Amino acid sequence: MSTPTTPQPSGQPEERLENAIELQDVAGLSQGQIVRRRFFRHKGAMVGLAVLALTALLALTSVGVGPVPGWWQWTPGQTGAVVNPGGSPTLSMPTWLGGEGFAIGDHPFGQDEIGRDIFARVMAGVQTSLMVMVIIGGVAAIIGVAVGATAGFFRGRTDTLLMRATDLVITVPTIVIGAVVGKMAGTVSGVVFALALGLILWTTLARLVRGEFLSLREREFVDAARVAGAGNMRIIFKHILPNAIGTLIVAVTLLMSSAILLETALSYLGFGIVPPEISLGQLINEYQQAFSTRPWLFWWPGLFIVIIALTINFIGDGLRDAFDPRQKRIPSERKMAKAAAADDAAARARVPSVRPDAGVGGGA
Amino acid sequence: MLNFLLRRLAAGLVTLFVALFLMYLLVEASIDPLADLIESTAPNKAELIAQRTEQLNLDVNPVIRFFWWLGALFTGDLGVAWKSGQAVSAQLTNAIGSTIELVSAATVLSLLVGVAVGIVSALRQYSAFDYVIIFFSFLLYSLPSFWVAVLLKQWGAIGFNDFLRDPLIAWPVIIGLSLVVGLLWSLAIGGTATRRVQVFAIAAAANLALLAYVQLTGWWERPQIGPVLLALLGAGTAFAVAGVFAGLHNRRALYTGMTVVAIGVVAYFPMQVLFDQVTESHWLTAGLALVTVAVGYGVGRLFGGPDWRLSARTGAAVALVMGTLIFVDQVMQVWGPYFDALGGRPIPTFGDRTPNLGGNYWVQVLDSYTHLILPTATLVLIAFASYTRYARSSMLEVMNQDYVRTARAKGLPERLVIVRHGFRNALIPLATIVPIDVITLIGGAVITENVFGRPGMGQLFVRSLEQAEIEPVMAYLLVVAALAIIANIVADLVYAAIDPRIRLDA
Repeated sequence: MSTPTTPQPSGQPEERLENAIELQDVAGLSQGQIVRRRFFRHKGAMVGLAVLALTALLALTSVGVGPVPGWWQWTPGQTGAVVNPGGSPTLSMPTWLGGEGFAIGDHPFGQDEIGRDIFARVMAGVQTSLMVMVIIGGVAAIIGVAVGATAGFFRGRTDTLLMRATDLVITVPTIVIGAVVGKMAGTVSGVVFALALGLILWTTLARLVRGEFLSLREREFVDAARVAGAGNMRIIFKHILPNAIGTLIVAVTLLMSSAILLETALSYLGFGIVPPEISLGQLINEYQQAFSTRPWLFWWPGLFIVIIALTINFIGDGLRDAFDPRQKRIPSERKMAKAAAADDAAARARVPSVRPDAGVGGGA
Repeated sequence: MLNFLLRRLAAGLVTLFVALFLMYLLVEASIDPLADLIESTAPNKAELIAQRTEQLNLDVNPVIRFFWWLGALFTGDLGVAWKSGQAVSAQLTNAIGSTIELVSAATVLSLLVGVAVGIVSALRQYSAFDYVIIFFSFLLYSLPSFWVAVLLKQWGAIGFNDFLRDPLIAWPVIIGLSLVVGLLWSLAIGGTATRRVQVFAIAAAANLALLAYVQLTGWWERPQIGPVLLALLGAGTAFAVAGVFAGLHNRRALYTGMTVVAIGVVAYFPMQVLFDQVTESHWLTAGLALVTVAVGYGVGRLFGGPDWRLSARTGAAVALVMGTLIFVDQVMQVWGPYFDALGGRPIPTFGDRTPNLGGNYWVQVLDSYTHLILPTATLVLIAFASYTRYARSSMLEVMNQDYVRTARAKGLPERLVIVRHGFRNALIPLATIVPIDVITLIGGAVITENVFGRPGMGQLFVRSLEQAEIEPVMAYLLVVAALAIIANIVADLVYAAIDPRIRLDA
């Protein structure tokens, strides 16, 4: 799904030969460089990465982290006088968007009934959600790799045992175990809650890593390493795992986007993060009754959940395309036609053989 | 085969036992039935705590209590929810129906739409339609379901009810909608520029005509399908089904479809009388559906020919659609009284039935449908995204296989290549995902039921966990875990049944 972009200004003769581009692109590059290049060329992923970085930066600097104060004038728990009637947002749109001229004001996202600033609260919620997401991703990745690698590498009884354990966790929907675990861990602290969720979300990763290991361990380079005298640990970590890293990174990214939805859903149900800590799901739960009178209380937390989950999904998609060796950049038909038209008749004659998707996509 | 089944069932029972045991300990650790007493200021606090500890056997080790619970389970006793004093089996019986309604409606709808859209998207890979679908599936995938549910409740229900008070859509909106629909169709069907323009014009005009008909005939106040619309919709279905699965050159299939439509339109009139005469039930409806499908199949059989199975399947599919339309028409006929009975606000935001509504079978069906609309929509929005993605990637995989190239090379028309070689094989991985995905939907129902106040199993679970009642929670877990294990076995069986390369005995 990579968006095709031409590496060179159009009109140069080499550009029309698609294989030449591919070969030229990867000549003399390491696997990491190829992946990085492909990733940076993926427009969706880059936009996602930029938006996510900006969101994280905004959330971290505005209300500060822990004891470090941020630049925003209100703190999440601080009550104040309600500025606009009902606490409606002071943010107004520019005139060309039908607003009254662009202004941020004291409470751009509005205030709740006791005058707390919604911007500060939402930013605190974003911080929590990002923190939970990273911890879940990390814990799940570690356990998933450990279980999957052991099962896939040693096979036999170890494999059966570990896969039965995985089946146990999969038997109950994650949100249900999450609720039970969250009721216990959520009241302790957000970090504990995130760790506990990580302990139940590793199953998909474990299955994936196991599959990769099962096929990779039969390859020649593993035999070569063993003949050279490498031990099991060295083969696992130095030879097999680097080859499975692409699948793993993509899976962890997508896991993190579902983790954020799980965390907010549990907090919404009341089995997750509890006050005084703030989570986006908990804000939605707290404010949903006020929807008809003060909709802004409800809009902003949801919007930020969508932004975070969406950007991570796009990044995951970009990573998947970057790591997929079968992935070829296919110029759009329009670009191919343009390149053909720009040049002489010889180029035009070659077009039918160059169109790669003529038999696949445009079929019917 | 039988050996495999027995082995899997035995392994499943062990898994179920261990999973329930672990979950019992987890739930036990997370709830505190004494919480309210510990905070109380009653003078006889210690006495109350001792009393409740006695009642719930809290001084007994949870491991032993689990085996007590299991022992009672074998005698068919699920225990009593101590706070409300209700028997868990009664609670569960009430809740299961509601959840099954919701989950099955959501599964069927999202599967139909998701697979269709995903496959078209794969066939138009790298087109504008494909990119639009990919973007929307990403967006839907990233939506928190509880947020969507609250939005739907506020906008969908309240907004639509307000709209029904004075059901007029502004003409610019109708024209805009028609243009968008036309654009989507032309992008989905593709082809040359002329063809795109034609498709755009036809789809936009058809949509405009439909909306204008709805607007001008006061359809919202008195919704119905009626014999004319029935014939039109039926003929459209017959052409679509025959066109996609048999090809329009296959006259027998097309005539089968048209005959079934004719039978349906003729049967519409006696059915009106019949529906008034008998007292209906779900069993009768299911029986009628079977008869309908059998009639459709029979018509196809009678048209005969070397490929009669194809005609028969076409007939059955068209018959099912016709039957559904007649059923829906019947449900719509009670809309007027239902609308009045609910004071003009027919789309509810809470519960799964209107209490003390009364009325006949059709009123009850309509009532359950109006309660289903919003929760189902929430679940469908999210499940739709994942099915679209599965179907798209699976179809892409298949269409790049060598046998598809062979099929093309030997000169098969593209329709046959897609339907027989592509579509059928693309369904194989989907068939194994669907049973397992139903479990995810049951999990998703926890949130949906909570937001919409449907008294289903998810609601039962959340309530009981909040109330620190372990018996209903364990009953819920028992049902869900058993379903998950059965779903996994079913997935394996389905895989073996449709893919001859998989052998279960090995």
